[in-house]
Order: sequence, then structure tokens, then C-alpha cells
Amino acid sequence: MKHTGILTGRLMKHILRSPDTIITVAITPIAMMLMFVYVFGGAVKTSLATNVNYVNYQLPGILLIAIASGIAYTAYRLLMDVQQGMFPRFNSMPIGRSAVLWSHVLTSLLSNMITIVIIILVALIMGFRSSAGILNWLVVMGILVLYTLALTWVAVIPGITAKSVEGASAFSYPLLFLPFLSSAFVPTQTMPIVLRVFAENQPVTSIVNSIRALLSNQPVGNEIWVALAWCVGIIAVAWFFAMRAYKSRI
Amino acid sequence: MENAIEVKSLRKIFAGAKGAKTAVLKGVDFTVRKGEIFALLGSNGAGKTTTINILSTLLKSDEGSATVNGFDLLSQPGKIRQSISLTGQFAAVDEILTGRENVMLIAQLRNIPKPAQLADSLLERFGLTDAANKPAGTYSGGMKRRLDIAMGLVGKPAVIFLDEPTTGLDPEGRLEVWKTVKELADGGTTILLTTQYLEEAEQLAGRIAILHEGRIIANGTLEELKKLFPSAKVEYIEKQPTLEDIFLAIIGKKENT
Repeated sequence: MKHTGILTGRLMKHILRSPDTIITVAITPIAMMLMFVYVFGGAVKTSLATNVNYVNYQLPGILLIAIASGIAYTAYRLLMDVQQGMFPRFNSMPIGRSAVLWSHVLTSLLSNMITIVIIILVALIMGFRSSAGILNWLVVMGILVLYTLALTWVAVIPGITAKSVEGASAFSYPLLFLPFLSSAFVPTQTMPIVLRVFAENQPVTSIVNSIRALLSNQPVGNEIWVALAWCVGIIAVAWFFAMRAYKSRI
Repeated sequence: MENAIEVKSLRKIFAGAKGAKTAVLKGVDFTVRKGEIFALLGSNGAGKTTTINILSTLLKSDEGSATVNGFDLLSQPGKIRQSISLTGQFAAVDEILTGRENVMLIAQLRNIPKPAQLADSLLERFGLTDAANKPAGTYSGGMKRRLDIAMGLVGKPAVIFLDEPTTGLDPEGRLEVWKTVKELADGGTTILLTTQYLEEAEQLAGRIAILHEGRIIANGTLEELKKLFPSAKVEYIEKQPTLEDIFLAIIGKKENT
């Protein structure tokens, strides 16, 4: 545990010294949020119920995009450690065998949570308001942690197996795109039928709808169980393949 | 004399694609005495790295046994990890952290008290004080290797594995590393190094084992190995400077002026 902490500190230094990482994971989602609210927001609002606050509406989707771009860097940092031979170095030392891998997972979690807090603060300035109580907020944070963990374990696979930086980050593009094909920014009823069926049955929609309902103090219904099932299911499958790759490669 | 490393009939088979199996080590035996520099000499693919990875507990052997620093490879891997350090084929330094932070990181992981002081003294010993606060990614190949070895010395391990420590270095970098390795051995550390350069084994090692296609085919001091060959004939030939001699002489002149 102590060793994982020390190694997590090392990776957090990597993030703080990489302006590229900070710009991509925090500034880009904020720029997108500005664009959605102030450029597209006016037009989208006409297809929403009259008193909907669009800053509130699009915030969950922006958070999920931020997480998807954050975990691309998780894969990148892992690949760098593999390529620079850090695993043999650490694994031949008297520290836990899983400490290095877990330090990458923890760094991913920690850095994404920081990004989420920053984005929520900016959203507050832009007029985001929530009537949710502490309990709802805790559930929202819990869902975001699970989603981050799910995508992190997905990212571990290319991080270990990729041959190049491009290969390690390419997998994140579909994940970045999922929120656009969901209920995150526009109601799915406005989409053509094929797209609509896809949108309503992919993980992001249930996660976005759950977070949206929790933050506006509305009943969540079954959707939260669908959201949690997606997260836990992705974690289980990705973890299985990640550990298999880890054991065979490292 | 006590042995720092004892290897007995070590075998390792790698499973390749489509069930094809390649025997990389076909029964390797050797012993390394405490405080000596022992070289595993062999060409690429001879099994040098596999041997080192098994002895440093990264890989499991399929057959055979070994002890490192008196600890059994199979039953006491944790004890072995406490008494060794591995410097792999490519300098494994964190390129974003500074040289100083790299050494401190290893010191913290090994629970060494006062990591900052240890880092300063190790960096000074390896001539890296001026570059201590620069990111290791900006270092030259020779500097990275020296930092790599400095990191390996944290916690004063009894046995150091150096896997091809000079591969990819320019001649100056290679001389720097050789000097470092000799100093380490003078301090009583046992060193097992692998190399594909005959000259490197000749320069550094007290004893040399030649690993070829997964087997040790010769083992002994340089003198003993020389005896395996017919006695030397005396011939007179003009001594031509090698390109390396010329290169180093020119570089040396430039730096002295």
C-alpha cells in the first residue's frame, strides 16, 4: 500500500509536468462545454421541455467525455513504463508485484476526479445549479468513480500491449464519441430510428440519465441499475483481459 | 570461498505461436563467487537475458535450481529481491523525473532513511551532481546508464545484475560504465554482467562463462580460457591504431584544449 502511494506520487508528477495532459483533459472538455451551452444550446433547447437549464442538461455528458480523454493518458503513461523498462526495475525490487499497476489505476482515478471537480466548478460559474442533497451527490460521485475505473481497466489493455503511442491512444476515440451518440447533449427522440436504438441501449445513456436525475432530485428508476451493471460488467471483462495481458507481457 | 550465486541445471522453454516451443536454456550451470565480476558472454539469443531475468525473480524457470546471496530462488524470492538490483538492457530511468528524484524514488521504495541525502551522495559519486535537477530525459546515453546504475546501488544490494550495460552506448559512455563497474567490484559488490562484446568481458570480468544456444560451453578465468587454445605463436605485426583508439584520442585532445 505504501509503495503504491509512492508510485502514484511519481505518476502525479508526470501529469503536473505535462502541459499537454492538463490541456487535453481539463481545458478541452471546458471548451466543449462552452460551445455546447453558448453555441448549440439555444437551438437544442427548442426540443427540450421549456424550463430545462441546458448547463445542467449537458454537464453529465461533458464529464464522461473528460473521463474518456483522461484515460487515454493512462494508457500512454503505462506504455511509457513498459517501453522504458520500468516494470523489470520495480518488479525486481522488494515491493508488491501489483504495486506498479495499481499506481497507474489510482493515478487515473485521482486525476480524473480532479478534472471532474474543476469542470463542475466552471459549470457552476456558467449557471449550473443542483437541488441534490449529499446522498445524491455521493451516488453521482460513485457512478463517476465506477465509470472511470471501467474505462481505466479498458485503457490498461492497450497500455500494456500497444507497440506505439498512436496505438495506445487510438482506442479512446470511440469512447470519446459515445456521449455524442447518447442522450448526453440532445434528447434521443430527435434521432433517426437506427441511431436512436443504439443510443438508448449503450452504457452512456443510462449513466447520463441517472446522473441527470440524481442531480436534479428526480426519481432515478431502473436506469441506475442498468448504469451500474454496465460499469461493473465492463470492469469485470476489461480486468480479466488486462490481467491476462499483464501476466503474459510483464 | 562462499558463492554469491549458484545455478544448477537451469532450463527454460518459451511457448511460441501455434504451440511451437523453444528451449532457451538447456541446462545452465555456473557459480559466481562473492565479490567478483562474472561475465556471461554470448551472442544475441543465447539466453543471457533469460538467465538474468530468472535469477532476478522476474521469470520462473521450468527446471533446475539456483541460490542468490544464499537464498533459494523458488522458496525465498522476496529475500532475493531484497539483496539484488537489476539493471536491464535499456536504462530504466523515469525520463520525466529529475536524476535526483529518480534516486529518491528508489530510496523511498526501499524504505531508506534520508532519501535526499543518499541521492545527493550517489549522484556525486557518479558525476551527475550538475545534472541532478534536470529531467533524466535530457541526459545522454552514458549519463542515463550511470543514473540507472546509481539507482541500482540504493540500499547497497549484495549482488548486482547488469544486463548488457554498454549496449547502445558510444565509446566514451562505455568507458564511463566500465570504470563504474570496476569501482563497484572494488567495493566488494558481486556483479553478474552479460555482454556480447568480447572486449568488455576481457576488460572487466574475473571469470567468464560463454553461453551458447542455451548451454555454458566454456567457463573460467581469461587465463584458463586462453589455455583451451593451442599455445600462442609469436608473430611480429605492425600495431595499427583501431578506429576507437583514434576516435578517443581526437576527442580527448579536444577536451583538453
